[in-house]
This record gives sequence, C-alpha cells and structure tokens, in this order.
Amino acid sequence: MSDEKKFAAFTCTGCGIGDRLDVKQLEMTATRDGKMPSCQTHEMLCSKEGVAMIQNAIDNDGVNHIMIAACSRRAKIEAFHFPTVAMSRANLREGVIWARPEGDEHQETTQEMADDYIRMACAEVRFMEVSQPSGEQGCVENILIVGGGVSGMTAALEAAAAGFHCHIVEKEGQLGGWAARWHKRIPFRAAPEGTPNTLTAYLPEPVDNDVADLIAQVEANDKITVHLNARVTRTSGAPGRFSADITTESGQLVTENYGAIVQASGWKPFDIDSLPKYGHQHPDVITNVELEQMAREAGDGPIKRPSDGKEVKSVAFVQNAGQASDKEGYLPYHSGIGDLVSIKQALYFKAQNGDDCDTTILYNNLRTPGAAGEDFYRSGQQKMVTFTKGEVNEVANGGNGATVRFKDKILDEDVELPVDLVVLDIGMVPNAGPDPYAANESLEGMSDEDREEAKEKMASETAVTVESILNLDYRQGTDLPQLKWGFTDSHFICFPYETRRTGIYACGPVRRPMDIRQAQDDATGAAMKAIQAAVHATHGEAVHPRVGDLSYPRFRKEGCTQCKRCTVECPFGAINEDEQRYPQFNESRCRRCGTCMGACPVRVISFANYSIDTVGQQLKNVDIPDEFEEKPRILVLACENDAYPALDQAAMSGQEISPWARVIPVRCLGSVSLSWINDSMNSGYDGVIMMGCKRGDDYQCHFVRGSTMAAERMRKVGDTLQTLNLEPDRVAVHEVAITDIERAPRLIREMEEVIERVGLSPFKF
Amino acid sequence: MTEVVATNETILVVGGGISGMTAALEAAETGKRVVLVEKRPFLGGRVSQLYKYFPKLCHPTCGQEINQRRIKMNPNITVLTMAEVTGLEGEPGAYTATVKLTPRYVNDNCTACGECAKVVEAEFDNEFDYGMSRHKGAYLPHVMAHPMQYVLDPRIIGTGDAQKAKDACKYDAIDLDMEERETQFPCGAVIWATGWKPYDAARIQPYGYDRFENVITNVEFERMADPKGPTGGKIIRPSDGKEAKNIAFIQCAGSRDRNHLFHCSRICCMASLKQTHYVVDAYEDAQVTIYYIDIRAIDRFEDFYQNVRAMDNVGFVKSKVANIITDKDGNPICRGVDTEGYHRYENTHDLVVLATGMEPSVSKSDFPVDIVINREGFIEPDPANGGVFAAGSASDALDVNRAVQHATGAALKAIQVVNRVAGAEG
Repeated sequence: MSDEKKFAAFTCTGCGIGDRLDVKQLEMTATRDGKMPSCQTHEMLCSKEGVAMIQNAIDNDGVNHIMIAACSRRAKIEAFHFPTVAMSRANLREGVIWARPEGDEHQETTQEMADDYIRMACAEVRFMEVSQPSGEQGCVENILIVGGGVSGMTAALEAAAAGFHCHIVEKEGQLGGWAARWHKRIPFRAAPEGTPNTLTAYLPEPVDNDVADLIAQVEANDKITVHLNARVTRTSGAPGRFSADITTESGQLVTENYGAIVQASGWKPFDIDSLPKYGHQHPDVITNVELEQMAREAGDGPIKRPSDGKEVKSVAFVQNAGQASDKEGYLPYHSGIGDLVSIKQALYFKAQNGDDCDTTILYNNLRTPGAAGEDFYRSGQQKMVTFTKGEVNEVANGGNGATVRFKDKILDEDVELPVDLVVLDIGMVPNAGPDPYAANESLEGMSDEDREEAKEKMASETAVTVESILNLDYRQGTDLPQLKWGFTDSHFICFPYETRRTGIYACGPVRRPMDIRQAQDDATGAAMKAIQAAVHATHGEAVHPRVGDLSYPRFRKEGCTQCKRCTVECPFGAINEDEQRYPQFNESRCRRCGTCMGACPVRVISFANYSIDTVGQQLKNVDIPDEFEEKPRILVLACENDAYPALDQAAMSGQEISPWARVIPVRCLGSVSLSWINDSMNSGYDGVIMMGCKRGDDYQCHFVRGSTMAAERMRKVGDTLQTLNLEPDRVAVHEVAITDIERAPRLIREMEEVIERVGLSPFKF
Repeated sequence: MTEVVATNETILVVGGGISGMTAALEAAETGKRVVLVEKRPFLGGRVSQLYKYFPKLCHPTCGQEINQRRIKMNPNITVLTMAEVTGLEGEPGAYTATVKLTPRYVNDNCTACGECAKVVEAEFDNEFDYGMSRHKGAYLPHVMAHPMQYVLDPRIIGTGDAQKAKDACKYDAIDLDMEERETQFPCGAVIWATGWKPYDAARIQPYGYDRFENVITNVEFERMADPKGPTGGKIIRPSDGKEAKNIAFIQCAGSRDRNHLFHCSRICCMASLKQTHYVVDAYEDAQVTIYYIDIRAIDRFEDFYQNVRAMDNVGFVKSKVANIITDKDGNPICRGVDTEGYHRYENTHDLVVLATGMEPSVSKSDFPVDIVINREGFIEPDPANGGVFAAGSASDALDVNRAVQHATGAALKAIQVVNRVAGAEG
C-alpha cells in the first residue's frame, strides 16, 4: 500500500438528517473546511447501495481514508466495516438531530453543530493512519502453567485437548497439590433426573478421590511437559513471546518461550494457631485439612482421636473458624465451601465410625449453594448429621476430647458440648506473589512528602516479603496485581478473566476460594483465555476490551525526556524501560487505552488512529464564534465505553443536549492529554467537561486506573487556568455511568450555567 | 435475513444472554465461526433487565456495551434473533441443526429511526418490564437493544396498524410478508446457554402473589429500580403508587423447598442485599426487613452482607414466612415465627418482594437432543452429551460472574471438538 493518504467523505441524509439539516452546506463544509477532495451523499448510506458506494471508492479510487457523516459510531458498525482503511465518523443523528428540538428558532445552532462535527471528523481522519500490526509480535502458542494442582493440571489437559502444548511448573516433587491428599471429595452433581421426592431417595455422597487419575492423564499426555521441584525464576517478554526461566531445586535451568501463562498457584490453609480461642493447641482439636489426612490413614476403618487413639464417637465441626469476621486477625471473607467440606467429613464419621457417631455442625449461615450443594446438605440431613445454628465462643481442652462452648441461636441459650473430637473449618488463603500495587494503595490520599516517607519505611520493613510466583521482569512489579485480600481476581463482573497483566490468567483458589469442581471449570476458562491471548499476539491484535485493535503505541524518541510517566502510569504494566531508559512498549501486553499518551508531558506517544493530533485537531477545527455572537462552546471529552453511549441514549430517548456542546469520544479518560485542555482554553472554548468512569475501590474504568490517572492530572489544571486568568470552574471532571442518560446532558447544562455566571472566555479571536 | 454459512467446524451457541454471548465471543475471537441463536428479538438476556450488579453496584449495561461492540465488529459471528433450535441430529463434529425463525417483520434496512412506532396505535404488555409497562405494536425492545432494530408485534399483523407502520418507514425496512421459516446448517459442537427463568411465584400460595398487588418478585423490583424502567426508577407500590419505604424481602421464595425447587438458587440472597441498597439509597426513612433461612453471601461477598447488616434501618429475621395477609389499606402483613428465640411476628410492610429463585428456562422435554440433566433440570457435564456443552445457568444456579466464567470454559470445550474436526480434515 502506498503511503499517500487518499481521502473521501460520505454523508447520509437518512433518518431525518436530510430533512433537518442543509445537506449542501454539510457537503461544502466537508470539502472546503474539512479539505476532503470529494463528498458523496446517499439517502441511506448504510444500505447495500450506500456501502457499495464507499467500497467502490476504496477498491477503485484507491481511497484509504474515509469520513462518514451519518449516525453515531456505535450504530451500523456491521455496515460500515472497512477494516483496511482509516475511518472517522461524524455523529449527525444521535449527536445532532436527535439531541436538538425541531423548529426554526433552533435551526441555526443545530446546523452549526452538524457543520462542526463534520469539520471535526474531517480533521480527525486527516491525522489518522491506517492501523497495521507492529511486526513485534511473536508466534509461540505454547502455554506455561504455574502450579501442578487440580487447577493447573486441568488447564493443561484442556489446552492440550484443543491442540496446544503446555508446560506445568510445580514446586513440589509431585503433581496434585492439596486435593491429592484428600480422603474423598464433595460430589460434583445433584441428585440425578428421576430421583423421587421422598425423604429416603438416594442422594449424592462423598466421592472417591480421583486426583490420581488426573495425574495419570497429565503424565500420559504427549502435549504436556511437567517440571517438578521447579520454580519460575524469571519471566520476560509479552504474549506470544514470553520467555521463562524454570529452575529446579537442584539448580538446573531451562529457558522456554510461551505464548501465554496460566497461574494456578493455589492456596494455603489459614494459620488457626494465631487464634487460641479455637483451641487448636489441644490434641483433639484439629483442622479440616488435618482431618483429611486422618480419615485417609484410617482407610475404611474408624477415625481415632489423636490424644489416646480412642475411636471417635462424637465430633463437632466449628464452621468459619477464623473466617468471615472483621475482627483483628480473622479473615474478612470465608471459603464458601467450608460447610460442604464439613458435611463431607461428617459423612466420613457416619461411614467409618458408624451411624451412631454424633456429628454436629455448628454454623451461622449454612452455605451449600446451587443444586449439587443443596442436595449434599440434604444428604447429610438424611444420614442424621446434626446442624446447629450457634456462635462458638471457645473450644476448651477436655483432657481427652474437647468441649465446645457456644451460644445456640435457636434456643437462645449457652451450651457446652463435650465431644471426642473438634474439627475446625479453616479458611483458604490465596497463594499469590507480592502485589505490585500494595504500597500505592495504602498511600492513596497522602501528600507527596508523606508518601515518599511512608514508602521508604515500608521498603525497610518488608525486607521479608512474600515469595514471587512469576518473577516478572516488568517495570511495575514481579507478580499479578491483587483485587482484595490477596486474591488475584478480576474486578469486573462481566469479565471474570480480565487481567492487569495481559496474557497471564489466574485460575483456581488463588483467584477466589473454590472447591475442585469450581477450580476445574475455572481452569478451563483460564486455558481458553490463554489460548486466545496467544492467538491474538500472533496477529498483533489487542485483546479485550479493544479486541482486534491493530494500533499500538509509538513514540518519537528524539522528543522523549525519559520522565518515565508512561512506564509508571500504564495500568497494565506493559511498558518497560530499555538500557538507555527509554520506554519499551511491549505492544502485545498493551491494551490500547492510551493512558501513556495522556501521561506524556512532551506529547511524543501516539497510535496510528488515535493521537494528540487526531483529537487535538478536532477541537481546533471547531468554529468558535466571536464573543459578540454569544454562543459559547463547551468541549466534552467522553469515555467511549460509558459516557458517550449515555449521551447517545439520551438523544435516543428524546432528551436535549446543549447546542453549545461538542463531544469527542476518547478511548479512556486516562488518554486525555493536558495539552488538549490547554489548547481548548487558548482557542476560546468557554468550558471543558471530562466524563469518565467511576474511580476508587469500586472502579468501573475498563482500563482500571485510567479514570483515576486523569483525575489526578486534572488537579494540576487549576494552575494552568490561573496563569491564563481563567476561572477554575470552566473545567469539570465527572464520573458518568452508561446509565446516566438524564444526568449526562444535565452536566452539560450545568456548565452552561457556569458560563453564564462567569462570562464567555476572553480568549476568543 | 442473514443466510447462515456454516461447516462442521462451526460452533452453534444456543441462547444469547450473557453466557451465550460470552461463549460465542470467546470462540469467535479465537478464530472460530459461530452461529448465535437467540429466542428474543435482542441479545443480553436477563442481564439486560438488571439495573445493577452485586457486589460492585455497577451497571450491567456497561459490560453489555462492550460485548455488543465485540459482536458487531466480529465477522466470525452470525446472530439469529427470534430464532429457536428445534432439531439437532448427528454426532460431535458433524451435527445438523434445525432453526425456526419467527418473523420480526423488520429487515436489516431498519435504522431504528422510530417513525413506525409513532404511527402505530395498538399497545401490549411489555415483557421486558415483566408486564409492568406497555409497548407499542412496533417497538424497540430497549434503548440498548442489539440488533438495534424495531420489531412488529405479531398481533398487529393484518390490522391497519401494520400497514401504517409500513407506510411510515422510509427505508423499506418493514416486510409484512415475512413468514416463519426453518433453516438447517451443519455445526461441529453446540453450546447450550439457555439460561434461567424466575420461578412462578403464584405457585407459592401462602404468599398471595396472584392475589396481592403489593407482593411482587425480585425481578419486577429490579425493573422498578431502573430509571429506564416502568416507574422511572421510583420505588412505589403497585396498588396505589405510594412510596414504598417499608419493604420486606422474603428469601427462598420457591427455593430450598421440596414443594417447589429443591435447589438453592444462589443469587437471591445477594440480590436482596443489593436491592436493600436501592431502598436505603432512595429513602432516608427506609425500613427493610429480610426474612431468611441462611444468608448465602458466598466467600468474598461476606463483607457486602456485613455492610448491609450494619445498617440501622435493615433487620434480619431468621424465618420462613408462613403466610401473607393484607389489611384494608392493601398493606401486606408477613406472619410467621422468628426461629431465633421462637417469637411469633406479624409485621406490616408497604411492599413485599419475593426473592424468587431461578429454574432452567428449557425443560427436559423441550431439548431437541437427548441430554443428561439432574433432578432440578440443570444440564450435567457428561460424556453422553457428546459435543453439546452447557454454559452458564443452564448448568446450575449461577451469578453473572460465575456464569461468564463457566461460559468461557464451555467455549474451549467446543473448540476442542471443532479443532479435532479440523485436524482430521486438514
């Protein structure tokens, strides 16, 4: 393809555009102001004929840059699908005619809006380039799986079944993790179809441990290589070209390349010894993890109490021991599966110690969700396991045996229950590496000075830290960022596999507490995402949410001052620094949010189709009326995922949007460059509104920190405004959700009011 | 109507809710051809009818925007709406699917300009709002609908309204001659993501859902909280439009009950805790009572529960409500025994919300293929299912996050099958 840009503009007159607007005028604006060599009009541009007209210009006239003035960029995406060219869209329908009332008195301002959107779209496309893959991408599709428990083995088997080679790295001398040590497992299934509704119908029981089968399958699979007694001691690269050093205990080092990584590093039992009230120091008080071992060693015979070897005839299960409490030293969450585990273990006693063995489960809220969960609860009831709602105050030593002191919540009385054995349902602690952002989060809200001091203090205190799992040689830390309480989960409900380290997916209990069935489902999903990331990397495409985007960040090295803001602010830790301390973008790690572009104070970072100029030229090409016309101009920079659709939907629902507003969608508020704000103020805009997603703990920004970064940067805008002698109210940053259909237009009206109050900008020429 | 181009390497996804969309997208974004079949005129399923998610209290629309954009931009996916799979023959790697297409009476020319709706007079109960609002005989299912195309209600076909709609359309998008038709195409693997439906609350006789206007279900309450919903986001009583400030949530309405659903529907506790937020956010003097058996805030959701528990104006009563009666003003009165200490209660509320459970939306007899299900009708993973894999809440009562997680895995299961076909043929 020749480098020469060849432009063409197309205007649709359908959906009322032609009735409401002077189309001749629009065409003239596109060609005269927008400098488009041609502007063709069609009465229904999204129809077959309309699309053919555009395709013809691309195929036969060599057009590679098109401006389409029609509906919102969110509409008719399938029709206007021209992947080989650069394209901009002027939103005349939702953005103009649907957002403005009909009537002669509005005609002038409505037409001005439309003309401006055409000027803006023309300017945008003039500065766009056709996106092409960088050529940096690797093409390795093998998957590295860290952790050889049930989750890791399942991920490997599922990926292998789809034809992908996998390497499992396991730190122990054998595969299987915790689950391999269990006596039996919780049944995966509910009562089968046809089970009658009777109290004696057969219900699922604990199932023989089948982890050994899983291990055998892994060992027999020629697509899976297993590294035992091994750790990942260094990971570098990016999806499609990860390189990992695998070091065994004996010091052997293998370096391999991978397309993507699954982290299945599992969990560890909560240290219940830190809470003496549960009495784990007493011989006949054990954890549910320890009971598995005892039950297994007993074979099918009776389980005996540790203190004197007497056959257990009564056992109490203390649910949520050390869990689900905001008290100091407790886990604030619970494992979610502890009640199912205790039912399973109570049934060990019924099977191995006899039906007459008393089994009491002391719970607060019994959690056996789903169909299989509830049937298993019923199975326990059927076999006379006692369920008592009670709050345990203390587990005391009984010499031989132990006594549980609890408050019976149903009878509302204090009870002492002497038993042969107490089993503590303890929590699951994720086995994650150090959180790269742990320090930052605790520092939020501090002044710069205090923050530096606190950081130094922390660095000296945390000399003994958690061991790294991945040893990433990333600028932003060695391991996956954590969501909460050490779990490396996604923050997004719709996107459970969202990751802040592209191409690296966590699964199993390191992500969220889970049992074997859940872990296997989860591992299958993680394997899917890993395969997908590797495949995308081979094409040089972005993954979710800008999936398929071929653009990637480029920078003008001559202008770079090595300030490192881009490497620090990238929400995905994609950017490293090279030996000369210049940014190294690792495009297949990049999610194309543009936060680096927004961060760069010297404006050297850009994308082929999204740059300082593609936005900057749009705002500069808006026609700013002089002050005597009394027509303010309000620039709205709106997140394309949420605020922009909210404005579209507002127009669709018949709400008015201010005729003074000129809306530019941005990939993320994080990509907003301060230069755009400065330029708009200098060129006579009366107000600027930024609409981004919710930030903070429950952030909704799809690029995680983009919205937060933008808000931080904008704090500095005040200084700029002061130098220009402008009122700080002229710039507003708002959190706008996609459902803010009424609020988003209102925020623009509020800016109108501000302008009425403080007056038009003195910078109009 | 889009013609379906498919081969034995194509994956058929049945159900276009969030699980089906996810499974389709994950497979398509890995390079596979997918046909996504949805019964309703739009994608998104029940999630599109939710106002907020727990525990983030964020908006489902936000993820839906992204998923819909992914679908619009992906040429690997063919979407068939108002379509149902009526037949599935063959074996893994070589199935033939039969799909029944119900006429929309609107073709792809539709620009969603809305002129047709302006001229049509007939109105019908709006299924999207569970009948709490009305839509025109020509309507856009909702403002985020994909495909962004109007639908003609079949009940106006043959009436003057239909012709008026056709005449109002400038784009030749209305085709009154559309007929129900069937299409057949090959596919290698099938993902069954037909989701759930709310349990029929009228069957829980003591609660009087069918008798008392001020006893509603949690899915209806969800629409009520939505600013785009039937009340414009106002929490009010259906009987008299009075602000509903004293609200009772009854948990396990139909779930964990051998007279109704055996299973625990998993989501209802969290849903009621979430809906409690709606109430306390709406009214300073709100009063919420949650009647429960066990609060099942699973694992990391515990703090969400604790936060609601700590609210002064929210009470928890461990009790399965025995029955509901109403007083002369239409106030529902919940009666029963608080099992914590065995106190009898008789509490008057403005509104009762039944936390109705979820049951599979397709019953055994309606599956076009033999499939292994459990007693509750959820699909079990079983080798006997061949190349048919369940995704999301067709497999169990799941929340959105878990359903999507499950659907992602289902996509890989299907890819395994079609990759074997590709391997054998290549």
